[in-house]
Amino acid sequence: MNRNRAVDFWVGLFVLAAIAALIFIALRAANASSLSSAAVYSVKGHFNNIGALKVRAPVRAAGVLLGRVTEISFDPQTFEAVVTFTINAKYPFPKDTSAQILTSGLLGEQYIGLTPGGDTADLKDGDTLEITQGAVILENLIGQFLYSKAAEGGMDKSGGSPGGGSSAPGPGAGPAGGAAGGAASAGGPAGGASPAAPASGGGGAAAIPSPPGMAAPAGSAKGEGKR
Amino acid sequence: MPEKHAVRLASVAFGYDDKRRVLQDIDLVVPEGKIVALMGRSGCGKTTILRLIGGVHRATAGKVEVFGEDVGAVDTDGLHRLRQKMGMLFQFGALFTDLSVFDNVAFPLRERTGLPERLIHDLVLMKLEAVGLRGARDLMPHELSGGMARRVALARGIALDPRLMMFDEPFTGLDPISLGTIGRLVRALNDALGASSIIVTHDVQESMQIVDYIYFVSDGRVVASGTPAEIRASAHPFVRQFVHAEAEGAVPFHHPAADYRSEMLGTVAA
Amino acid sequence: MIDGVARLGAWVLRTIERLGFASRFFVAILRFSGASFSRFRLTIREIYFEGVMSLVIVGVSGLFVGMVLGLQGYDTLVRYGAADSVGVLVALSLVRELGPVVAALLFASRAGSAITAEIGLMKATEQLVAMEMMAVEPIARVVAPRFWAGVISMPLLSIIFSTVGIFGGYLIGVVMIGVDSGAFWSQMQASVDFRDDVLDGIVKSFVFGVAVIWIAVLEGYDSPPTAEGVSGATTRTVVTSALAILALDFVLTALMFRGT
Repeated sequence: MNRNRAVDFWVGLFVLAAIAALIFIALRAANASSLSSAAVYSVKGHFNNIGALKVRAPVRAAGVLLGRVTEISFDPQTFEAVVTFTINAKYPFPKDTSAQILTSGLLGEQYIGLTPGGDTADLKDGDTLEITQGAVILENLIGQFLYSKAAEGGMDKSGGSPGGGSSAPGPGAGPAGGAAGGAASAGGPAGGASPAAPASGGGGAAAIPSPPGMAAPAGSAKGEGKR
Repeated sequence: MPEKHAVRLASVAFGYDDKRRVLQDIDLVVPEGKIVALMGRSGCGKTTILRLIGGVHRATAGKVEVFGEDVGAVDTDGLHRLRQKMGMLFQFGALFTDLSVFDNVAFPLRERTGLPERLIHDLVLMKLEAVGLRGARDLMPHELSGGMARRVALARGIALDPRLMMFDEPFTGLDPISLGTIGRLVRALNDALGASSIIVTHDVQESMQIVDYIYFVSDGRVVASGTPAEIRASAHPFVRQFVHAEAEGAVPFHHPAADYRSEMLGTVAA
Repeated sequence: MIDGVARLGAWVLRTIERLGFASRFFVAILRFSGASFSRFRLTIREIYFEGVMSLVIVGVSGLFVGMVLGLQGYDTLVRYGAADSVGVLVALSLVRELGPVVAALLFASRAGSAITAEIGLMKATEQLVAMEMMAVEPIARVVAPRFWAGVISMPLLSIIFSTVGIFGGYLIGVVMIGVDSGAFWSQMQASVDFRDDVLDGIVKSFVFGVAVIWIAVLEGYDSPPTAEGVSGATTRTVVTSALAILALDFVLTALMFRGT
């Protein structure tokens, strides 16, 4: 019987060691954020291009993780992407919050950045965001840059109204620091196609310093058909 | 009044596959309370007969009856029941190498009975005492000599007081002292338990002293049978050769081969 | 030529037959598993021989693997100014892949081969038949406890391997090379997700455990009862287990880490 006790002891120690290892990993090596069952509310947003956004991508505001993307689907009526994501219920956002698809770091994963608006009413579970901005598409960026260079070299048009379908550079508030080349328009008429693009070329490609006048219409940057 | 049979084999045939038929047509009985020996050359199927009786294999033809029940037809529970009445001693003991002598003998008691440990302790000591190894109870199997291992296996075999004991070559490879001991134990335990026994062996001298009846098996059939006295006096060629250990007789010395002279002189391909 | 094709055909048929036998054997193990749990002492004894006795090799190997990861990882990451991420590299590599896979390979070579040899020898020395004749089902008494002990031990060993490896990476990265300790752990915490990475790794090790121990007991139980038979079975256990582990790893990784 003594031999059995020794065996039991060592087996118990073995199991204990494994449990301790698991706890160590859980606490020190990994984050258990996916396990926390905090209350969340679900919100939708329509984007003309989600770029490389994936399900379970983070949702951040001011850089802080507040939720996750839960579903990505396609609207056959408007031909836009529909992204459903959750926000931690501890943090209510105003109804006119805008969502933007940004990239973390130079080559990092894409995430949704929320910028609060000024509405007094809050978003409720199931609401749809009205203001969104899609991801930066590298090809559009390059096209815009090339045309802006061509425009500067050739014609002598200065500035020009922010017409056409191309949008102004992104909300000044934001995450300009994030993306390479900041916030040129995704979707819309591809920068390369439209000869009107060079007109806003002044504000084009690397347009980090957005003219103050742009700040206001930033919200309607996406133009028609968006609401 | 016909004797009741502990074991009865009727026209039993068996083969591991279609090509190798080990047993062709076996008829034998083991009367209750008697010790029967199965003799024959190595590899003639004697051990297979024991396995058929134990239900390890199923006969391809014929009937194997143990205590009146058909071993081949009974279901798993029935087989369990029958096996509890049997005890088997394997050729080299087949002791469980990771258990001590005591635990080996206690194994069937612990597994098959719900007896409390104190009672099992006493029973094990009694069985070991019967084979003279009570003092060796804490040894491990690899520390035992061949004869001792076989005695421990015998103690384990009788642990559940079986009504039928089967011995697979119990005398093989033992020194004369151990031989005599095992022989006496087999007879004594059989009579003490009121059991029946089958001994598979080719040790003629020792077995003739203790058994009541002998069957000779050759080429998958029973070629001769009788009491030890009858066997000794038998004129059957195979029996004579076997009992008197003659080199030539019914069983030739040479395995079939081409002509010796021709093969050595190279006139016949090897 | 025809002979080669015939042999190939025969091999395929034999393999299919073997697979069928293996499946029926698996079902039989499950059927006879009652005693493994009602008499848990049997299983505990096997956990000792399979798990506890493998701790040394798993621990030492884990330490060295973690240290090598730290060394190699630092060497590459420092070129991109990302030396702080060496903890992430070590932790993710171990928890997702190396922990389950290497621990399973070590388990197969040490415990798996030992079990095959043990069961094979028990068969060769007629211990299994003796048990059968005593109306004790060998699968219930000998095979099933070893099976469940393996299934239980494998994830435990894998977790210990990963943890010791992370510690090894810490030793090299922080203590020896001088990466900032705070950055080491915080980067790791930010990148290693418990459910996605750690739990998936545990699921993997559980699957590997089932595969390895199943192969081990099968080869032992089915081995020819001779010396060559047992040695051949032992070799087959290690080789087949290794192939199974790597193939399953591919399948599981594809399923789990699709990155959608």
